[in-house]
Amino acid sequence: MSVFFSAFDQVMSVMHLSYLMLGVVIGLVVGIIPGLGGIAGMSLLLPFIYGMDPSVGLGMLMGLVAVVPTGDTFTSVLMGIPGSSSSQATVMDGFPLAKKGQAARALSAAFLSSMMGGVVGAIVLSVFILVARPVVLSFSSAELFMLTLLGLSVVASLSGGSIFKGLAACGMGLLVGTIGGAPATGDFRFTFDIDYLYDGIPLIVVGLGIFALPEIVSLLIRNKAIASEGNELGQGLGQGIKDVFKNLPLVGRSSFFGSLVGAIPGLGGSVVDWMTYSFAMSMSKDKSQFGKGEIKGVIAPESANNACSCGSMVPTILFGVPGSGSAAVFLGGMLLLGIQPGVSMVTTHLDLTYTIIWSLALANIIGALLCIFLTRPISLLTYIKFSVLAPIILTLILFAAYQATRSLGDFVALGGIALLGVMMKSANWPRPAFLIGFVLSAGAENYFFQSIQFYGDSWFSRPGVQIIGLLIACGLLLPPLFKYLKKKKGGNTQEQAPAVAHYNADIWIAMVFLLTGVVFAYQIWEEQMLTQAFPMMAIGLVVFSAAFVIYEYMKNRRMVAATEVRQGLVYVAGFFIMSYLYFEIGFLVTTFVFTLLFIYFFAKGGVVKSLSISVGLLTFLIVMGRVMSVDYPEGVLDPYVLSVINLI
Amino acid sequence: MKKLTHWAVSALTAFSVTAATNVMAEDSPVPDTVNFTVPFGVGGGTDVWARFMAPNLTSHIDGEPTIVIKNQPGGGSLTGTNLFYKRAKDDGSSIIGTSASTLFPYMLGDKRVRFKLDDWTPILASPTGGVVYVQPNLGVASSKDVGKLLDQELKLASQGPTRLELPILIALDLLGADVKPVFGMKSRGAGRLAFERGEATIDFQTSSAYIRNVKGLVEANKAVPVFSVGVMNKEGNIVRDPAFPGIPTFEEAYFTVHGKQPSGMQYDVYRKFLAAGFAFQKVIFVPSDAPSDVLAAYNKGVREMIKDPKFKAEAAVQIGPYQNAVGLDIATYLSDAVTISPEMYTWISDWLKAEFNYKL
Repeated sequence: MSVFFSAFDQVMSVMHLSYLMLGVVIGLVVGIIPGLGGIAGMSLLLPFIYGMDPSVGLGMLMGLVAVVPTGDTFTSVLMGIPGSSSSQATVMDGFPLAKKGQAARALSAAFLSSMMGGVVGAIVLSVFILVARPVVLSFSSAELFMLTLLGLSVVASLSGGSIFKGLAACGMGLLVGTIGGAPATGDFRFTFDIDYLYDGIPLIVVGLGIFALPEIVSLLIRNKAIASEGNELGQGLGQGIKDVFKNLPLVGRSSFFGSLVGAIPGLGGSVVDWMTYSFAMSMSKDKSQFGKGEIKGVIAPESANNACSCGSMVPTILFGVPGSGSAAVFLGGMLLLGIQPGVSMVTTHLDLTYTIIWSLALANIIGALLCIFLTRPISLLTYIKFSVLAPIILTLILFAAYQATRSLGDFVALGGIALLGVMMKSANWPRPAFLIGFVLSAGAENYFFQSIQFYGDSWFSRPGVQIIGLLIACGLLLPPLFKYLKKKKGGNTQEQAPAVAHYNADIWIAMVFLLTGVVFAYQIWEEQMLTQAFPMMAIGLVVFSAAFVIYEYMKNRRMVAATEVRQGLVYVAGFFIMSYLYFEIGFLVTTFVFTLLFIYFFAKGGVVKSLSISVGLLTFLIVMGRVMSVDYPEGVLDPYVLSVINLI
Repeated sequence: MKKLTHWAVSALTAFSVTAATNVMAEDSPVPDTVNFTVPFGVGGGTDVWARFMAPNLTSHIDGEPTIVIKNQPGGGSLTGTNLFYKRAKDDGSSIIGTSASTLFPYMLGDKRVRFKLDDWTPILASPTGGVVYVQPNLGVASSKDVGKLLDQELKLASQGPTRLELPILIALDLLGADVKPVFGMKSRGAGRLAFERGEATIDFQTSSAYIRNVKGLVEANKAVPVFSVGVMNKEGNIVRDPAFPGIPTFEEAYFTVHGKQPSGMQYDVYRKFLAAGFAFQKVIFVPSDAPSDVLAAYNKGVREMIKDPKFKAEAAVQIGPYQNAVGLDIATYLSDAVTISPEMYTWISDWLKAEFNYKL
């Protein structure tokens, strides 16, 4: 116990606090800018880490890791761009709230729940770390596989009206996730001899393509401010805080769940937000507002993702196996500081471990306070006419996507996924189902084959497997059962769920899915069993569900509602051209020229406005390039511009 | 809040002061700023190694150049290495740090490899060793009982058939052990976790990871070391690893089981991949078309660096108790290590196909 408090004393020293603050500020900046996240922030700090006093260095790194999932909420809520993979579920309800003019409410609720999630996570961590070793070791590949299934079962509740659309989208996600090396054999699948595809499509590119770009396209088509429904400026800050206190049990549950999932190595933080999102949904009485601006849909994932980054410290500290991307970087930092992770961290170096935990809690509080402080001015962005914001957002998205692998492939993949996203959005297909399938694909396949190879058929009889299996069954069967009982008891309280809406785009999407399934099946036909088994299952799911969608469509042909997809597709074509120009002419030059022209002609912004915005954006990019040593596609013209700038 | 802002300001000031104290370069052939490409992600083994090397290189190379680490992950290091081959400047301002997973695909003729190692000059190579260890319940109380391993099926959690585990898989097969690798591990660390969970019954770690994470298991009687891969002495023979003098080498283990020294094609192939994967685990390259005085300055710098007692002490912790190889000889050794004869290539490609159904 005395160690616990002496570590606190250590953390509260001026030296420690100022470096922690530095970590927090950098963490917020890289969190706010989409595509950067903890890894970029770490690369900024790591050069200074070597040779630092370990506890101070740890404080700085911790400050950074802790607040990234706080800062990335800004773009998720305000622009519909998932700032990093851990805040994708926040987009689902946060962005609709911003559209209703309640950005400040959504943000303040998000930050407060982030703070609470982080603190709960730190508390759980401080106790759990002492006993975690056997618990973490009891999660074998079999239990991990079951956890991925638990994640996939979430799709059922996120599918909205049509379960077949949900299954088809999820299957498609699984299939896209199998592109690249087969884990069980090392063979490469679906690469079509394109180097880019050997590693698979990066998650950030998929997230941006499926969520952010379709939103931008539809906002451009409407061309108003994001907050289309009038509301007093900045109103709702207090409301958001009240919302959190009204939903404290939800915050507690989500944080607890988040820190546990984070503590298990191998699952990663990118799915925990979706899982808590769907739990929040299935546990609330009124589900109708989810996806349209339900504050619970913001609170749940935001509590969970900060708690998760606390939890991911367990395997990092105890086993030297990182639980997430930024935990991997934290591990590197620890090694540079000369600290060896392992059991000694809870025996001889317990003081360091508690320094980490105190820093975590403190950073979460400071980070959230800073963000709440910034909320009011930053939410004003949603009241600007969208066409003025569009070039800025497009540049940010391209910037974020390019950080994934720094090749033209990032842009092409982004456009391809966006095409799918625009079509799915217009016909109301569940895009989260696609994303969840994609995120869990590699884990599901890998852990399935591993558990079979390690345990043979006996893996199913492991108690952990059966407990999680039971959880999945409950999650799938209970909600329909309750609904049934309620209907029986209450008689005519509620009208029937509205019949599934059918759109004329359904048939096209289903056809595209079918065709993709056939092409992929043909590609993999000749491969060995372990390479093709999992993709074949995904293809089966896609083809079967797509066929059902087509069948339902034919049956209800007369009730089909028209959707406007063509306009969206034109914009995606425009995106392809623009991103090609960004790549070939040069990122900086194109940003400047495109922003200038777009705001001047399309948004009719006048000379002063268009010039100042484009100069501002260019300055931002150059400063980022200098400070964070970020690379841009140089193209033909950028080298000249850069050599001029370097003279200044 | 005012207090917070005050802290923020002081922290930022502290940061910008540190950032601004870049030493101005004197007259030196090496450019002021050197871009050090690391074809792996931030925080990985090669990245940590490079970040440990960078400040030490700066202080020992004339002119104290600023060394900026550029991470370019992807394709198991092939993406970044290919890009470096295409774009590296020839004035000595671009250097790259590679790892075994860069050299193996090069040797195996992976079609994604677009770089030629012959066009680069290695200036420093960090070697490593490695230890194979098993679960205590297999009936192996010490490395003398290695023969008992041959009667049972062993499970090894591996990253893939052509990854760092390749020489170990070849060696165990040569020994006569029935190893069933389970592929798809994210890292060697994940493989060790599978061992700790009891899923894998045999595992292997490189020296620093073994010292860091497995020694404790051995002391707690949860793992038994069987053999190390050893190190090569000046005469080209494999001798016991100075880091693990109590653990016999693979050659000794083979002798215990078979009563003779290993030889033949399979052993030759093992030695090839062992050299590339372990003796040249991490290498710093400079493109050979850099001016000769620049290359000389680099060589002089690393020579002084490895003699520095402060560096030696820290390197022993970070990399293990091995001598970093420098000088012109490593170029010869390296090009010999990564050259695979057609017979060897045929052998390894048949072996991978027969053992793991893997097509090269």
